[in-house]
Amino acid sequence: MRRIRDMMRSRAGELLREGTVNRVLGWKNGEFYYDPNPAVFETEESLDGLVYNGFSAAMLSKYLIDATKKEGRILVFLKPCDTYSFNHLLREHKVNRENTYVIGVGCDGMLDIEKLRTLGVKGIKSLDENGDDLVAHTLYGDKTLARRDILLEKCLSCKGSEHKVYDELAVVDDPWQWDTLDRFAKVGELEGMTPDERFAFWRGELSRCIRCNACRNACPVCSCLKCVFDNPRSGVQAKSNADSFEENMFHIIRAFHVAGRCTDCGECSRVCPQNIPLHLLNRKFIKDINAFYGEYQAGADVEGKSPLTEYKTGDVEPSVVYERGGA
Amino acid sequence: MMLKLSKDKIGELFQKLASSRTLYLPIDNNGQVNFGQWTPDAVVRLDQLKTVKSAKDFFFPQTENIVAFKRQGKDISIIENRDQNEPFVVFGVRGCDARSLDILDKVFLCDPVDSFYKARRENGVIVSMACAEPEETCFCGVFGIDAAEPQGDVTIRIIGDNLYWDGKTEKGKALGESVKDLLVQATGQDLEIIKKQDERSREILSMLPLGDLSLDGFEESALLEKFNSPLWKELSQACVGCGTCTYVCPTCQCYDIQDFDTGHGIQRFRCWDSCMYSDFTLMAHGNSRKSQMERFRQRFMHKLIYYPANNDGVYSCVGCGRCVAKCPISMNIAKVIRALGVSVSV
Repeated sequence: MRRIRDMMRSRAGELLREGTVNRVLGWKNGEFYYDPNPAVFETEESLDGLVYNGFSAAMLSKYLIDATKKEGRILVFLKPCDTYSFNHLLREHKVNRENTYVIGVGCDGMLDIEKLRTLGVKGIKSLDENGDDLVAHTLYGDKTLARRDILLEKCLSCKGSEHKVYDELAVVDDPWQWDTLDRFAKVGELEGMTPDERFAFWRGELSRCIRCNACRNACPVCSCLKCVFDNPRSGVQAKSNADSFEENMFHIIRAFHVAGRCTDCGECSRVCPQNIPLHLLNRKFIKDINAFYGEYQAGADVEGKSPLTEYKTGDVEPSVVYERGGA
Repeated sequence: MMLKLSKDKIGELFQKLASSRTLYLPIDNNGQVNFGQWTPDAVVRLDQLKTVKSAKDFFFPQTENIVAFKRQGKDISIIENRDQNEPFVVFGVRGCDARSLDILDKVFLCDPVDSFYKARRENGVIVSMACAEPEETCFCGVFGIDAAEPQGDVTIRIIGDNLYWDGKTEKGKALGESVKDLLVQATGQDLEIIKKQDERSREILSMLPLGDLSLDGFEESALLEKFNSPLWKELSQACVGCGTCTYVCPTCQCYDIQDFDTGHGIQRFRCWDSCMYSDFTLMAHGNSRKSQMERFRQRFMHKLIYYPANNDGVYSCVGCGRCVAKCPISMNIAKVIRALGVSVSV
């Protein structure tokens, strides 16, 4: 990914110099190798701080809602999966395409620092990504990890290397490749549970929620100007639980609201400080939408109808839930 | 006096401690470790350096009832339904979290004293635990904390097959008394082992990558200079405005008080607030901080300038590094200190 980073720096520099764009949205190096943060670069010199590595998971698409309202054109780097969310924002007229210059960047799969920690890596001084492996140099010695074992959950069922929207590409001929898993496997497992078991599963997971709202704020399709949970007159608090079930309701309501719009980008689960598998709620909706209305991938296209915004006389009735035994 | 217990008897220790009061310690819930109530089936994870949330909850819970009101005709009755009287022990508190209580004390125990917090402080005993293997996100040393020998009512060290128990305060000694059947006196050889371990821990602590963060320049006299810095815009532009940093922080202390209409009365409650949220300090006229840049700036100005200005130079950060580890977009106080501080390394 270093080769791609070099391409990104050089093209961003050229595009800034020739005035095609007046700023660049990318990832900036941090204190450690694994903590680059989204940042806007306005000068060619500042591009020295632009990084792209296995920890550039934070998606940049949502920042464009605000960024493309500003004057001038912004260059943005989008990984293949990030382009789906960008497209969906285009579909909902949330971003201004004309003010955006998209460079699609190749991706070798993003890595999960939490998985490194679970595997006992701590006191990291530096990290080296070498093909199939990642070497962690730590205060307690070196440790080599297989890239496959530390991929982010969302990358385990990668949507593929194709960019759905771009002005130009920064990719390599020989990207790192890995076997992907069926993204609906866990949903199927949950569907196979009894209602009580499923309820217990979700209670166990959702009860860890601390109401930080990171899932909502990182979600590219949670783009309401004012979220209902932020409305002080709503009678509910976005920042605390009135009872032990409220956080469950929050997540269920949110999942309903993004149904048919969720691109399955996995940011909700990635950002959750309590590692709640929130993406499973969304994938259940996606699986059902596919079954009831035909295969649909939000963000694959900008135009055309989407299943839940179109009405057909043959649409399933709500009673389908009972016909399927409650799952 | 240093006491010790064989590590394989630790379950008995928990049992005994829990027999007279509620015992909270780091417990694994599906891979995530947080302080929780001990039960014989709990998966205790004393090896976990950082719990997701800090030990703050036990003294200043995320949500707590203050008082309820019920109206019947023209009468309003006031129902006391506070709950802060249980005696408890928080076991396995690391040096950063142990110090954070000093910072909260300055807020909640100054006039007017917060009786909820005070009651919990009085009812709670802190058993802190020395850190032997800190993570790269740790920087407690920057705030003068010695993680090798943390403060607390009791400090424990787990070395080899032994747990060493060091009762420090009256409360801590009383707690030691309640489990004295299990503890034996440490020998001179044990003290040597402890000394060696402490030295080794301090050596690692001194090598931490964030250990060189400098707080030079974060002082009251620089308030306006820091407040007006153009760097806030740059630093805050990635912030998604979630409350993760504030909710995992052991020293964030802002709260909101609201009335909840239960349908048959009013429940007044207090809950943590977050300066990252749009309704933080919302007033009738609107919000005094309209942009995320202003909210972001508030958080760090509070920790690094306002709080120390009001509290003899003590910073409102203990370097636990939870925000460093948990921020969805990897922006954090360490980056802010680097960017806005006076660089000492030339």
